Amino acid sequence: MNNKNQSSNSIRTVVATGIGAAVIFVLMKFVAIPTGIPNTQFNVAEGFLALLAALYGPVAGGLAVFIGHSLNDFVTYGSPWWTWVITDGLVGVALGLIKNRLNVTGGTVKTMKLVWFNLYQIVVNFVAWVLIAPTGDVLVYHEPAAKVYLQGVTSWIVNSVSVAIIGTILIVLYSRTRAQHGSLKKEK
Amino acid sequence: MVEPIISFKDFGFQYDSQSEPTLKHINLDIFPGEKVLLAGPSGSGKSTLGRCINGLIPQSYPGEITGSATVAGHDIKDSSIFELSFSVGTVLQDPDSQFVGLSVKEDIAFSLENDERSQTEMRAATKKWAERLDLKPLLDHSPQGISGGQKQRVAMAGVLIDESNILLFDEPLASLDPASGKASIELIDHLARQQNLTVVIIEHRLEDVLQRPIDQLVVLKDGEIVGNDKPSAILKDSLMQQLGLREPLYLSALQLAGVKLADCDNIDSVKTVAGDNIESALQRWTAGVSLQEPPLPTEPLLTLKNLNFSYNRNQPIIHGLNLTINRGDMLSLVGRNGTGKSTLSNLITGFLKLDDGEMKLKGQDLTQLSVKERADHIGYILQDPNQMISKAMIFDEVAAGLRLRGLTDEEVERRVSDTLKVCGLYEFRHWPISALSFGQKKRVTIAAILVLNPEMIILDEPTAGQDLRHYTEMMNFLETLNREHQVTIMLITHDMHLMLEYTQRAVVLADGGVLMDARPADVLTNEAVIEKAALAKTSLFTLAERYHLPSALDFVAKFVQTEREARSHE
Amino acid sequence: MNSQLLIGYTARDTFLNRLSGSTKLIGFVALSIIGMVTYDTRFLLGVLLISLILFHFSKIKYHEVAFVLQVIVAFAILNLVMVYVFAPSYGITIYGTHHMILGSPDHYFNLSWEQLFYEFNLLLKYIFAVPLALIFLMTTNPSEFAASLNKIGVSYRISYSVAIALRYIPDVQNDYRTISLAQQARGYEISRKAKLMTRAKGAIQIIMPLILSSLDRIEIISQAMELRRFGHNKKRTWYMAQPFKRNDYLALIIIVLIVLVGIALFKVNGGRFWNPFE
Ligand SMILES: Nc1ncnc2c1ncn2[C@@H]1O[C@H](COP(=O)(O)OP(=O)(O)OP(=O)(O)O)[C@@H](O)[C@H]1O
Ligand SMILES: Nc1ncnc2c1ncn2[C@@H]1O[C@H](COP(=O)(O)OP(=O)(O)OP(=O)(O)O)[C@@H](O)[C@H]1O
Ligand SMILES: [Mg+2]
Ligand SMILES: [Mg+2]
Repeated sequence: MNNKNQSSNSIRTVVATGIGAAVIFVLMKFVAIPTGIPNTQFNVAEGFLALLAALYGPVAGGLAVFIGHSLNDFVTYGSPWWTWVITDGLVGVALGLIKNRLNVTGGTVKTMKLVWFNLYQIVVNFVAWVLIAPTGDVLVYHEPAAKVYLQGVTSWIVNSVSVAIIGTILIVLYSRTRAQHGSLKKEK
Repeated sequence: MVEPIISFKDFGFQYDSQSEPTLKHINLDIFPGEKVLLAGPSGSGKSTLGRCINGLIPQSYPGEITGSATVAGHDIKDSSIFELSFSVGTVLQDPDSQFVGLSVKEDIAFSLENDERSQTEMRAATKKWAERLDLKPLLDHSPQGISGGQKQRVAMAGVLIDESNILLFDEPLASLDPASGKASIELIDHLARQQNLTVVIIEHRLEDVLQRPIDQLVVLKDGEIVGNDKPSAILKDSLMQQLGLREPLYLSALQLAGVKLADCDNIDSVKTVAGDNIESALQRWTAGVSLQEPPLPTEPLLTLKNLNFSYNRNQPIIHGLNLTINRGDMLSLVGRNGTGKSTLSNLITGFLKLDDGEMKLKGQDLTQLSVKERADHIGYILQDPNQMISKAMIFDEVAAGLRLRGLTDEEVERRVSDTLKVCGLYEFRHWPISALSFGQKKRVTIAAILVLNPEMIILDEPTAGQDLRHYTEMMNFLETLNREHQVTIMLITHDMHLMLEYTQRAVVLADGGVLMDARPADVLTNEAVIEKAALAKTSLFTLAERYHLPSALDFVAKFVQTEREARSHE
Repeated sequence: MNSQLLIGYTARDTFLNRLSGSTKLIGFVALSIIGMVTYDTRFLLGVLLISLILFHFSKIKYHEVAFVLQVIVAFAILNLVMVYVFAPSYGITIYGTHHMILGSPDHYFNLSWEQLFYEFNLLLKYIFAVPLALIFLMTTNPSEFAASLNKIGVSYRISYSVAIALRYIPDVQNDYRTISLAQQARGYEISRKAKLMTRAKGAIQIIMPLILSSLDRIEIISQAMELRRFGHNKKRTWYMAQPFKRNDYLALIIIVLIVLVGIALFKVNGGRFWNPFE
């Protein structure tokens, strides 16, 4: 029984990664709201990523955004901006790590959990976009610190906001769609 | 004596999220080489039973199993989908999601890839099955480039290539045009004979499936088996009617004419049904009924002049199309899979931009209006319910449109409840939509538009995957809207009897234009059009011909008329 | 178009099309990484030149990629301007000398040959990989891509995730269009002027169905795939996999050589920068 379910889960992870990547790609392409600073936009995709990771865990979350983001960079900028793509992947992993804590599938998520989740995601985004990504740019691409850190801080803010608003709403709405155990009864 | 290959013993199943079992006391034996048809109202548990056969239950759908069930020697409680997949091939209800390959050939070969077969092997097998299901010319096509019917065939090829000896089809006909439907049934039958396969078909369109012999007809109701016998036996004691399922039309006709089914022989096919007094009875009946043809509306509502549209330059889908829809029309738009029926409605509703041509609603230029503005006049129910559902709960989904129009909560409550009752969803109103069966989902989307009562409604295949009861409730509701409130209704459908029964006007689409625009019965007596548009005659015509009635046309018209009167007296 | 990525593969008869996807993948990754690290102008120019020549041979028409190119150029310029605004004398710090054009090093805004040269290198880094990427995208059959990934050592599960992404992107795109239209028809207006929160809400209304149906899709597709035995064995074969041919080995050798040159140059320059100023 257990190993059977494991095999199902690993397949589900594969599919979640693929479909997740596809959705992230489309969201990045069509529903991104520019902030004014180059290459940083208010990404609905990050919000979706929060839900996807919370549902299918770190592997699916990380890979999905990694693939989706690279494909998007490919077709818009010609070649992926690796440091940021990888950082985004790490965010996906981090958001996936709290799958069990958040337990979206187990029915409506309590407010406390949501607050806690948002604190967590703000920290995650800070580490990712203010520490890792710009540092990567400085080391790898040797870009001037001032520029990349500004870009970093901006994307920290927009991504946190995006997750805070869209991610939270999505998680709440979704958890509502999950029927509680034994809850469905026909009402005359 | 042979062992059953599928055997349920006092079997029951309850989805984790359900408060009561979905399947109860199922006792069912299916023997090797049998062809079994699984029928029953929408939501009765057909797909659920299917999931038990291919192992998705309990592995992918957690829940509680009672009793026992064995499939090809495996006890489903402790055998994996993988183990079962060697003996059971499944074609799921929605071929779109089953198409996992990037091209037709890859999708056909998918399971062989997973079995680590060599490329040469795969090429050979793919070629063989592509030829069998005439998919040869499509092998390199992407899933986006082929129509619903063709996807169905690809899905079949991808399953047949496994050569597993049990085949499970969940509503294989739901979105096929009549001709492809016939073809698929014949194909399934042919393969089953040839390789002595065991076949389980879940389907609402009984009449179409019964065109080929069926060994066992199993009828489900609320998760219990209420009928399990040779089709002829079940049809004889007209169990179908009692359950609110559609029995084959020719049987209804015979009963109307006062023929006792009990006195007839091999009634499971219109080609064979026989009885000493049938001919005289039918003759008498037709003579007895007089036709009154209601006049068609004439005041133009929507005029389409010389429309042109193509997705990509080289192949136009809509090409110089002209059509006038009158206020109060109830018309059906028919045509083969992939002619552009959905495309046309997308053009009317502004979902797609016209290449050129003229569209006027009451003299007002539609092309100038936004999607939203058009929607205030023309309600549009898409083919795929999942593309319309935006809320988690059924009630909110239906209420959304009203709330956006700023109605009071009482008003919303009232209108939503009324609509939900009409659509047979009232008892589910507080359910999450995710727990509904396909047919139930489709009804939710219809309710969400009906509740806004627009002047004109376009429904894309409203009855696909619906059982007769809900189908009748819904169609009657539409009919009342049409008759009493002059709502103009355009139905896109593959159901020939729906066309005959409820619409006074049939528009046949072919080669991007209107091939024929006439009364439905006239369409179904025009061999050339039937051929060109992949339509099919209902068994009523065959019956009329077999028993040399003066005019099949009148006979069908009279049948429909009598049924309608019967309905209005209810 | 509808059934393709925004710039997509079309079958052309060139040696690039005939190369195995794996070769092109390795080539692209190897070159873009080495090019990402090095600041040796000669090397970058060299690679750019080679990729332009390849681009010519790939028979890709300019108009097919015009739009993408414009976006890329705009993006590059924006970044270069930013770099200048934030660090006008970064070039001087890097190359240690100052050959001024305008102003003097002790003013914040000044213009030095070092800065121009540094930004020129940046520009090269932004664009040198573009022709390669375009060639890769437009000469590799998406169907073969997953097989290639698997061949160069990515696990077949991850490779297939990529295949699924490529398979369903067109569907998700169409869905997105249809859904947003269906929602507008229901009465949702997504106005450009609206406040962030309201706008986010609007966006949610549109993407909620997309997301819900995508999540359903995940369930159904996993079932469909499991019913057809995906993911049980350690390996899987690929209908579309292409075996290596002579040209592939040739190409790989050339790629290795280029990479070696790049590495050698680190030694020569004693670092990542080639400094013409001293
Ligand atoms: N995943 C699920 N979780 C909970 N309940 C479910 C689930 N799937 C189906 N059900 C419930 O089980 C009942 C039977 O569903 P099922 O899909 O088997 O019906 P069906 O006979 O196939 O209907 P249709 O003809 O419309 O496809 C329905 O009432 C549905 O609400
Ligand atoms: N988004 C699209 N891009 C390209 N071609 C498309 C697209 N949608 C549909 N087509 C093609 O246009 C033709 C008409 O499609 P449409 O869905 O209108 O057919 P239909 O009459 O509704 O068929 P069915 O009865 O199966 O629903 C088909 O050949 C289809 O392959
Ligand atoms: Mg079903
Ligand atoms: Mg259609």
